Order: sequence, then C-alpha cells, then structure tokens
Amino acid sequence: MNAFVDVLRVPPSLEKTVPASRHGREPKQRLSPGTPARYGILLGPGLLLLYWSVLSVTGWLDPRILPAPWTAITTAIDLIREGRLQENLLISGGRAITGLVVGVAVGVALSLLSGLSLLGGYVIDGLVQLKRGIPILALIPFMILWLGIGEAMKVTVIATAVFFPVYINTHNALRAIDIRHVELAETVRLSRWQFLRYVVVPGSLPGFLTGLRFGATSSWLALVVVEQLNATSGIGYMVTLARNYAQTDVMLVGLVVYALLGFGSDALVRLLERRLLTWRRTLGR
Amino acid sequence: MSAAAFLPAVQVRGLVRKFTLKGVLNGIDLDIAPGEFVALLGRSGSGKSTLLRALAEIDHEAEGTGEIRLPERISVIFQDARLLPWMRVLDNVLLGLTGPAVRERGRTALAEVGLAGRERAWPHELSGGEQQRVALARALVREPDLLLADEPFGALDALTRIQMHALLRRLSDLHDPAVLLVTHDIDEAILLADRIVMLDDGRLAADLAVDLPESGIARRERIAELRALLHRLLGVEEAPADYHEDAESALALGDGNG
Repeated sequence: MNAFVDVLRVPPSLEKTVPASRHGREPKQRLSPGTPARYGILLGPGLLLLYWSVLSVTGWLDPRILPAPWTAITTAIDLIREGRLQENLLISGGRAITGLVVGVAVGVALSLLSGLSLLGGYVIDGLVQLKRGIPILALIPFMILWLGIGEAMKVTVIATAVFFPVYINTHNALRAIDIRHVELAETVRLSRWQFLRYVVVPGSLPGFLTGLRFGATSSWLALVVVEQLNATSGIGYMVTLARNYAQTDVMLVGLVVYALLGFGSDALVRLLERRLLTWRRTLGR
Repeated sequence: MSAAAFLPAVQVRGLVRKFTLKGVLNGIDLDIAPGEFVALLGRSGSGKSTLLRALAEIDHEAEGTGEIRLPERISVIFQDARLLPWMRVLDNVLLGLTGPAVRERGRTALAEVGLAGRERAWPHELSGGEQQRVALARALVREPDLLLADEPFGALDALTRIQMHALLRRLSDLHDPAVLLVTHDIDEAILLADRIVMLDDGRLAADLAVDLPESGIARRERIAELRALLHRLLGVEEAPADYHEDAESALALGDGNG
C-alpha cells in the first residue's frame, strides 16, 4: 500500500516556493508529465475496488446483481475446497494451451513458407488475407458441423483464433527484413541455414512476439466463447451453470479467473520479450 | 613475390550494367594487382557503386554483360557499418565463420581495430566510428584477397574519418589485400591509394598512379598537382588544402585508436 501513499503525496516541487524570476524572466513551464511512480498504474484499479467495496458494505449494491469483492475470495476458497475450481481450470487451461501451441506452430510455419518463397506467398498469403475478413466466431457453426461439439472443435476454434495474429505479425516482420542485412549475408557467404538462423529468425522475432501476445489474448477469448456454447466442463461451463442457478458469486469467480489468466499470459509473453530482445534499446525500460 | 603476383587479383573486361538505380556502366576494363590499393572516384551517378556491387556480386537486379574474374576471398565494407543489432560485437565479426580458434581470431581482429575488450558490447552501444571499425574487423578477419569498400567513411565526422584513414592504411599494409575504395573524396583517394581510377558516365575517365615522393616539398607539390588535376577532371571547385597536413600527421603517428 506504500505505493498509493507515494502516488498521493504532493510532489515536493509544488511545496516549495519557486522564485518567479530566477534570471529576470518567467521560469519555463514543464510540459512532460514527469517521472512516473513505480506502482502508479495500480491507482485506477485500486480506486474502482474501493468504490465497489463501499457500495457493497453500505448495501447500495444488491449482491444478486454483483457480490462484494471479498465474496469472490470466499467463494473461490469454497470452490477450491470442493475441487471444482482447479478441475475446471485444468481443463480450460489444457484447451487454451493446446490451441495456442497448434495455432502458433501453424502460424509460424505458414508465415515462413509465404514470407521466404514467392510461390508460398502467392498461395498462402492471398488465402489468409481473404479469410481474415471473416470473424473467427462466425465460423463456429461450421466448425460444429464439421467437427462436432467435442474437444476437437474447441481446440480448432482456439487454434484458428491464435493463428491469425501470429501469422500476420510474423509475416510482416519477415517481409520487413532489411535488404541491407540480406546483402551482408551474401557478402559473408552465409549458407541458407545460417541466413535463417542469424538473420531471418532474430530479425522477425519482435514481430513474432507481438503476434504471440495478441494470439494469447485471442486464445482466452475463443476459449470463453466455445466453453459457454456447449461444454460440460471448464471455467466457462462453471460460469454458465452458475448463471442457471443465479449464483452470481461463482460467476464472479469465473470472471476473476479469466482476468488473471489473461494478465498472467500477457505478463509471461512480455517477460519472454524482455529475455529474447535484450539487444533492443527501447524507451520505457 | 610468387608467380601468382603477376596475375591480377581482379580482372574486368567489357563490363556493362544497365537499368540500375545507382548509375550505369558502359563497358569497363579494369585490372587490380594483388595488394594494390585502388581508389575509385567519380561524381554521384557515375557508376562507382554499380561497379563495386558488381564486383561484390550483390547486383542481382542489374542487367548487363561482361567478364569479371575475382579472387576466392572477398570482403565488403559498406557506408553503414551494417552490423546485426541482435548479435554482440564479436559475433558480428565472426558472422558465418566456423571452425577451431575463430573466436581467438575475432578477438585479434578487434584488437587490431582498437576495440579489444568490447567483444560483448551490443552494436547500439558503440559510436558510429566504432561500429565502422567492427565492420573493418569483420572484413579483415576473413583475410580477404580483395577488400571492397563503398564510401566507408562517408557517414563519419571529420576527426573520426582521419583516424579511420590511418587505421585502414595501416591494416591494408599489414594484411595486404587488393583494395577497391569507392569514394567521392579526392583527398581521401590521394592519401590512401596507390592508384586512382575515375569513372564518368559509366566509363573509365582517368587512371592515375599516386606516385608520391617520400617527403618534403616535392611530396607536397605532387599532392597539390594531383588535387588540381582530379578537381579539374571531376569538374568541381578546389577545396582548401589544409586537410592533408592533418591527415598526413595522423598517418605518421600511426594513430588509429584515438
């Protein structure tokens, strides 16, 4: 909580009186917002939580509409004790990760094919751009028709949702590889394999990681949709079931779990970025 | 000198390049002897870079005819250092090299360009001059028979350029490759080269030996003569001559690490 105090404290520059004219003229106005405090970003969510708690305590917020924040914690503890939460989480996580792995693998493979060979580009990229116009969720009825309502359909929908951002970002990065680096590779006589390893892969890595980040987000989105449609297990199923019995607290737990999964996977990819892209000098770090 | 020394390192006959962005070539004949340092002068669009790119065999898009005989080992230095930003300095120097003791050779090459101890630096941590020295180390560690340099000092500030001139001269004496240095800087050409070749509109317009006397007034007079001649050939106003005083003294000190 120290961070909040830190944020709310009046900056020292406002406390002391600055002489109006140090050099016989008005001091320059500072236009940049200044150095951000370490955990300043938590201020907004913190205020929301506070507002929500106050509404819950005073009874202005009907728990049938939205339970109090701490109810989420107690309900989560109950669900864990019954074993329902971890069981469903494991199933949901398994689906998302399987879809993610398949989507990333296919996305990278096809983007390499279309980015590095002319023919591959003509065939694959045209198709992908065409398909891009159709929202992935609009394909679900067809997916159900082709693959049934089992796990295969769910993983396929998630993998397809992951595939697009991964493919598009990796492909763009491959296309943007600096021609000067290609010339250099030719003059030092790199083999095709060395060229891939030392120029293509590191050069397109930032694009791929951006795609991976979007892909991870897409995988959770697709997961929510497929699990609420016709599942008999998973977090989405748990939430749908709770809705039928008006258990808003269980629904709330489901929501919090989704939020944590989303944040967690995003943080993981960003960690990966920091590790893999140490050579990059970027702002904001 | 072996018998091979009598064969030119580079032999170009009737080289024609058309439809290039950087100037055409209308039939070039050029020989470069092993160990010879040739400066290639010419205005923008005269075909200097086109010739260099043809010799470097990176002009895939260009159309043309002609015959080029090249030695086995060729290194290229570009105007930009062209380091891979995701590789540390030593790995950039060794790009594409494999085999035992290459890392040791890379360290030696870095020491030669005055960058000992910077092996693990990232390219963006170096100054422009230092990056170009890494590029020089990357070129020389391959022990080239032919070193092609495309305005390698064009992007550097004047002081750094003088230091790089001294360094290039020292290292090309040491490793003794044939050198083709593309430049538009007349003083650079006189200072560094054994021979100056001038391109105009895709043809060889001049081919001069830089036969400077060892020292003294005769040397200065010869330099002034060459400058005047080259300026006239290029069709540009002659610049003040103070550059040579600085550059020559830097060469005399052999100071490339400053």
